[in-house]
Amino acid sequence: MSATGIGAAVRRKEDHRFITGQGRYTDDINRPGQVHAYFLRSPHAHAIIKAIDTEAAAGMPGVIGIFTGADLAADKIGGLICGWMIHNKDGTPMRAGPHPALAQGKVRYVGDHVAVVVAETLAEAKDAAEAIAVDYEELPAVVDTGTAAGAKTVIHDEAPDNTVFNWHLGDREAVEKAFRAASHVTKLDLVNNRLVPNAMEPRAAVGDYDAGEGVFTLYTTSQNPHVARLVLSAFIGIAPENKLRVIAPDVGGGFGSKIFIYAEETVCVWAAKKVGRPVKWTADRTEAFLSDAHGRDHVTHAELATDAEGRILGMRVKTTANLGAYLSTFSSSVPTYLYAPLLSGQYDIPAIYCEVDAVYTNTAPVDAYRGAGRPEATFVVERLIEVTARQLGKDPARFRMQNYIRRFPHQTPVIMMYDTGNYGASLKKALEMIDYKGLGKRKRDSARAGKLRGIGFSSYIEACGIAPSAAVGSLGAGVGLWESAEVRVNPIGTVEVLTGSHSHGQGHETTFAQLVSDRLGISIDNVSIIHGDTDKVQMGMGTYGSRSGAVGMSAIFKALDKVIAKGKKVAAHVLEADEADIDFADGHFAVKGTDRKLDFGSCALQAYVAHKFNGQELEPGLKEGAFYDPTNFTFPAGVHICEVEIDPQTGVTRIERWAAVDDFGNVINPMIVEGQVHGGIAQGVGQALLEGARYNADGQLVTASFMDYTMPRADDLPSFDVGMTVTPCPSNPLGIKGCGEAGAIASPPAVINAITDALGHEEIAMPATPQAVWRAARKSMNRMAAE
Amino acid sequence: MTTVSLTVNGRAVTAAIDPRTLLVQFLRENLRLTGTHVGCDTSQCGACVVHLDGKAVKSCTTLAVAVDGSSVTTIEGLASGDALHPMQEAFREHHGLQCGFCTPGMIMSAVDMVNRRGHHLDEKTIREDLDGNICRCTGYHNIVKAIAAGAEAMGRAGAPLRQAAE
Repeated sequence: MSATGIGAAVRRKEDHRFITGQGRYTDDINRPGQVHAYFLRSPHAHAIIKAIDTEAAAGMPGVIGIFTGADLAADKIGGLICGWMIHNKDGTPMRAGPHPALAQGKVRYVGDHVAVVVAETLAEAKDAAEAIAVDYEELPAVVDTGTAAGAKTVIHDEAPDNTVFNWHLGDREAVEKAFRAASHVTKLDLVNNRLVPNAMEPRAAVGDYDAGEGVFTLYTTSQNPHVARLVLSAFIGIAPENKLRVIAPDVGGGFGSKIFIYAEETVCVWAAKKVGRPVKWTADRTEAFLSDAHGRDHVTHAELATDAEGRILGMRVKTTANLGAYLSTFSSSVPTYLYAPLLSGQYDIPAIYCEVDAVYTNTAPVDAYRGAGRPEATFVVERLIEVTARQLGKDPARFRMQNYIRRFPHQTPVIMMYDTGNYGASLKKALEMIDYKGLGKRKRDSARAGKLRGIGFSSYIEACGIAPSAAVGSLGAGVGLWESAEVRVNPIGTVEVLTGSHSHGQGHETTFAQLVSDRLGISIDNVSIIHGDTDKVQMGMGTYGSRSGAVGMSAIFKALDKVIAKGKKVAAHVLEADEADIDFADGHFAVKGTDRKLDFGSCALQAYVAHKFNGQELEPGLKEGAFYDPTNFTFPAGVHICEVEIDPQTGVTRIERWAAVDDFGNVINPMIVEGQVHGGIAQGVGQALLEGARYNADGQLVTASFMDYTMPRADDLPSFDVGMTVTPCPSNPLGIKGCGEAGAIASPPAVINAITDALGHEEIAMPATPQAVWRAARKSMNRMAAE
Repeated sequence: MTTVSLTVNGRAVTAAIDPRTLLVQFLRENLRLTGTHVGCDTSQCGACVVHLDGKAVKSCTTLAVAVDGSSVTTIEGLASGDALHPMQEAFREHHGLQCGFCTPGMIMSAVDMVNRRGHHLDEKTIREDLDGNICRCTGYHNIVKAIAAGAEAMGRAGAPLRQAAE
């Protein structure tokens, strides 16, 4: 392994600009003549718009234009789309209402977009927005996930019972049979709490229009600028793709929330032509809370059947998923194909049946948030497994070991074909790291100090890559989920790689360069990674679903294969040898069995000067591209163990130990991978202990700032003990499985299993705040006293 | 409009501004010093931390006119020419950043922490003292390591506890 090659903890190439304040985020971009947009948002969760009077506002200082849904409609600008079709149990398509970028006659959640004011300064735009008079007729709000389907109030006429779809997966009869044969059935009611992604950089957009060329440019906080261009062109109708450039520069975190195509960027790029000036919008944090797509929000009843020996026989799950007021870009896929196919977890479960009802409510749209469906599935599986072990009087580690899948490939009853893994190895390693043997003593020590100590396990699996394209297409995806790469070798052997993946914290500029450095034998400093601009990178699908390593880097790998193959042809001419006799290793093309060789840079120069070969037989130049579509999803898996200590007097839960053992397949940069695990765990701990978006009965978001919504801070978290096991992934050439979401998927059940272990009962919901834990601890104390 | 005069990263600056201009707006929009970020507008996240006369402040809730005559150091003013400040170097070495958005505020808060609490900082001290800065990417694990190492490095470098620019 070289110091900068695959497997090395290379320090990040992108860091210099970030630590010196030279990063270039969307809000850092200012175009000549730029003006500012401010969105007037609905203060009501559900209301008919009877009239909008903009006359007074239009005369305010600095105002350039005020636009409403009627203006978008007049320009034939289409609504926002949901790109994944789900079918009901009866085969009919899901029932989706329209999603206009600016409201058409009705508002459906607090924060819904009513009008946009474009003014010389942001302050002037805000002042003018206050002078817009909107005549609302308020309607009752539907807020609660569990009861939305039965509500009298209808949010979209297209969905008369507020139900987007009734979907199911699995074999209901086989599951009924399994439950009839069971000696024990565990039943749980679970709520997966609603979260706000809260990337630290708020969403932003700058729209620009070049009247001479007729070309729009949109700078936007996007995880997938090409998908944004596709949707804005093909569906919303801003401009054809060749007349629309989308640039996602440095992006300050995404976690899913920046995958989607939102109203604000749509309006900014459209309005740039309308007002003839570049138009900029940046969300403040409360706007982010109100209008970024939220995550999770499931209400679930789940049951697990086991036989007399403790073998799992079957699982049935009934979930209601809240999709909010409109269907966001990939919302329908999250509680369906990213959820139910993961319900087998790491376990050999012969029969699974899952029903999902997706409902509209008068709340912000809900879509993918770090893990997207897989944390929800893992929470169901790992809570069921843990509670079953407790009810059967079995050690939770041993019960898991007993039911792990051991032979691969393994076909689950819910679509997935697990290719490889070694779940027992991860569990064994995690047990050592957490010192499971010493737990009894630690529990006794805590008890002596008046504290409650508990341990919680989570054996998670995820399906990453979200490909092959044909497979996801058959499940309803409107796009293919391959990735592209282009490797441009310059005449002196430096390299630019253009990738369709997008880095917003993942460190692609380093890890992708490590791959190139490793394979071409050139200095990592001679490799530049270019992403995030549709004028530079031809097409790409972007970064989400932990897919950039497994899919994005595999595309680069394929393109590098082609570069090396072309280089061999060039070298054969230069070295006057047969192409078949040329080897490439350590940065040199060499003639087998001789000392004749040509370094990579010299070969590149020869390819461009083209003096040594006939340009009709071999094309000059050295530039190759590839599209890569995997043969299967990837299946990262691992075990996280959390140990907590609860102070029953205050209800404060301290995480005392955290052991994570993940199998991500081969690892390019362990430093970056560990960082991804740390961050994922923190978000999962946030879900379990601190975070929860709350709407009141009127549909007002009462957690709409960092003063109301508890983000994990440094003193809420411990340092994490992170280890790895490796079974290389067989479905891509690098053996990578993906690591971006694992921590967030694994950690919530680990925390809740630890808390319930400490409390001695299962009655705690997320977030397990000090108040909730204090109440639950009192219950424990009262029971113990009664006994 | 009101006239405000500041020393920013050692350079004297005078400008006529709308009195409601926040310090962060003045830095980002008037001076184009975009390294200082706005993450929450409510003093909660710390992405906007700069040093005002040598002490960390949240520039998103500070009016520019209120600090007329003061000296401001931003992330752009922390390095000495090409030589990174030891705390910047420590964040890179220990992978204390991912998306980079909170990083300028984190580094400015970290330097302030060392100024207040010395070069030998244990994990508990760092975690408690960092409660005014939010990071969504790193889980803080590597930020804590970076600050401990950066604090030690500042001591070894014999860096004065206050930066020259201040």
